Amino acid sequence: MRHILAVLVENQPGVLTRVAGLFSRRGYNIESLAVGQTHDPNVSRMTIVADGDDQVIEQVVKQLDKLVDVIEVRDITDDEHVDRELMLIKVKAEPVVRGEIMQIVDIFRARIVDIGQSTLIIECTGDEGKIKAIEKSLKPFGILELVRTGKIAMVRGPKYEEE
Amino acid sequence: MKLTGAEIIVKALEEEGVDIIFGYPGGAVIPLYDKLYDSSIKHILVRHEQAAAHAADGYARATGRPGVVIATSGPGATNLVTGIATACMDSIPMVAFTGQVALPAIGRDSFQEADITGITLPVVKHSYLVRDVNKLACTIRSAFHLATTGRPGPVLIDLPKDIQTTLAEYSYPKQISFRGYHVPGEPEAAQIYQAVKAIGLSRQPVIYAGGGVISSGAADDLQKLAEKACIPVTTTLMGKGSIPEDHPLSLGMLGMHGTVCANYAISHSDLVIAVGARFDDRVTGSLDTFAPHAKVVHIDIDIAEIGKNVHVDYPLNGDVKMVLQELLPRVEVPQTERWLQQIASWKKDYPLSYTQDGDEIKPQYVIEQICELSKGEAVITTEVGQNQMWAAQYYKVMKPRCFISSGGLGTMGFGLPAAVGAQLGLPNELVVNVSGDGSFQMNLQELATIVQFQLPVKIAILNNGYLGMVRQWQELFHNKRYSQTELLPVPDLVKLAAAYGIKGLRAHRPEDVRPVLEQAFNHPGPVIIDFVVSQDENVYPMVPPGGSLTKMMGGAGK
Ligand SMILES: Cc1ncc(C[n+]2csc(CCOP(=O)(O)OP(=O)(O)O)c2C)c(N)n1
Ligand SMILES: [Mg+2]
Repeated sequence: MRHILAVLVENQPGVLTRVAGLFSRRGYNIESLAVGQTHDPNVSRMTIVADGDDQVIEQVVKQLDKLVDVIEVRDITDDEHVDRELMLIKVKAEPVVRGEIMQIVDIFRARIVDIGQSTLIIECTGDEGKIKAIEKSLKPFGILELVRTGKIAMVRGPKYEEE
Repeated sequence: MKLTGAEIIVKALEEEGVDIIFGYPGGAVIPLYDKLYDSSIKHILVRHEQAAAHAADGYARATGRPGVVIATSGPGATNLVTGIATACMDSIPMVAFTGQVALPAIGRDSFQEADITGITLPVVKHSYLVRDVNKLACTIRSAFHLATTGRPGPVLIDLPKDIQTTLAEYSYPKQISFRGYHVPGEPEAAQIYQAVKAIGLSRQPVIYAGGGVISSGAADDLQKLAEKACIPVTTTLMGKGSIPEDHPLSLGMLGMHGTVCANYAISHSDLVIAVGARFDDRVTGSLDTFAPHAKVVHIDIDIAEIGKNVHVDYPLNGDVKMVLQELLPRVEVPQTERWLQQIASWKKDYPLSYTQDGDEIKPQYVIEQICELSKGEAVITTEVGQNQMWAAQYYKVMKPRCFISSGGLGTMGFGLPAAVGAQLGLPNELVVNVSGDGSFQMNLQELATIVQFQLPVKIAILNNGYLGMVRQWQELFHNKRYSQTELLPVPDLVKLAAAYGIKGLRAHRPEDVRPVLEQAFNHPGPVIIDFVVSQDENVYPMVPPGGSLTKMMGGAGK
């Protein structure tokens, strides 16, 4: 099963290597990892999507927690949370099909952020379902490039406290 | 007062109470060595950086104090890697300082540049690359704190050369805090209560003691618990010394080359009490058949070890000594009379054994004699291979910190430099390095260190002309196809000793063993003893890799 981990880390060089190295070294599957600074410039927050049964994920969490630069690890999979991903897609878009593409973009409440001679870049934010759906809808036009940020996630309600 | 980085390092080491450092200089640490020149800290010049790490490790295992290492950048630093990995696998406190090229030169493939924090990432507890001399003192304090608290381990500090010469205001922090590192406290009362109940209700309990008992200084507490509750104790290789091995409740080592009694006891147990141990595959054999009837109590300071390899029914996360002291007054004494009878009969029916035939020396006999002559009170360091397993089987250890062996990594070449460190840490003890002809040749350059610092280490080489343990596997599992395991020629070890100015002795026949050992132990200086032993002796009992602990080859447990 896929788990979403929210990981607070010291904002220091080498932290990403330590975390990524741990996953590869212990043979854990990482699906996506997104990282950026938080409101505290000394702290970064990672959102890691990892795949594994409960026992594996328990180990992942414990091993991550052991890293000195890891301040806190939470498995928020079962908490009420919001998750989002940002995707940019460059599609083939000859003038004749542009109308159709723009309709799709509208339906998904995505945006066109660049118009080329025969291409469009579309920006889309959403949860995984939406990201997958828009990709599927645009596929017939010909996807030239695609880039995703990986998931970021946050628990709903007041500031998350350890129980 | 302003000090240079190098001065700060030396000051900080003094504040940490470091009295001995193992190292080897080079371009990137010359400023540091310049300051060490005036310091009262004793520096042991090894002859290879790997040996510096092993010696620091041996010092730490023997004394319980952290081992300190210095190496230069590039090749000096990379030479440490095996030693750091060895310490990491066995949770040994160590602080390693490596030189690094100057900050502006980093990342340019500069002369003798190696990304040592990157290279060692998987084998350290933590590491630092110092980029700001103002943080140096705090970094050193942090490194010692991390290395010695919680589950101990090696910490590396990479020191760019310019950091060593830059001035900064010096003050040594007393307290440091980490947002991401916390040593666990005591387990909850409820968990203790449940474990106590489980122990009380058990009928066939076994304590399985590992290196955590030694490192937390809990051997006494463990013995008290075992005695109070009448529970037999088996130890891992790392746990030897948790209980005197002549104690009636001691079953000896378990696992691949464990005693029949220990392996049967675990396999028939209804409650395994794991104390500072990590269910390594060399201990458990196949996990499917390991302790099939047992519930498991697991005491460990590292919560990630609990439930890693086996399901744990009663987790007790905390320092082993602290947890044992919680259990001791509360423990409910189970009814183990029948169980202890059963165990006594296994012990009687399946003792460790070998056959003395012909007039060749049997390696087991050598270890027995070393044990007898030293009354089990020597500090033994081992190499890796058959010599290590025979030492583990036949040397009955009486006290903690007296059996020093590379368990997790199984590093050949560990024992000789570890003996250097142990002897420096315990100058009044008899230190014996049980060695193999292969392993000895991996770090024999340290004989020069032994001579330079006049260390009376006794090096007992079980010379079988083979990489014996590999030969054994080839014999048993690869149709006796002895691919690349014959070591001949082994150099003339007595002449080699002479070349270093060390006393060299040789024994060819069983009747030589005792007198040669007596001569060696009575000699005030270092001695190399070449025990020419039979070449085809195997270590038994043996659980084939991935097998069940109840199915031992050569254990009479047929
Ligand atoms: C550095 C290293 N290389 C290789 C091995 C694999 N290995 C394990 S035991 C062994 C043989 C050791 O030979 P020797 O030191 O003569 O000991 P013996 O088994 O003969 O007592 C080897 C090669 C190892 N453990 N460590
Ligand atoms: Mg050999």
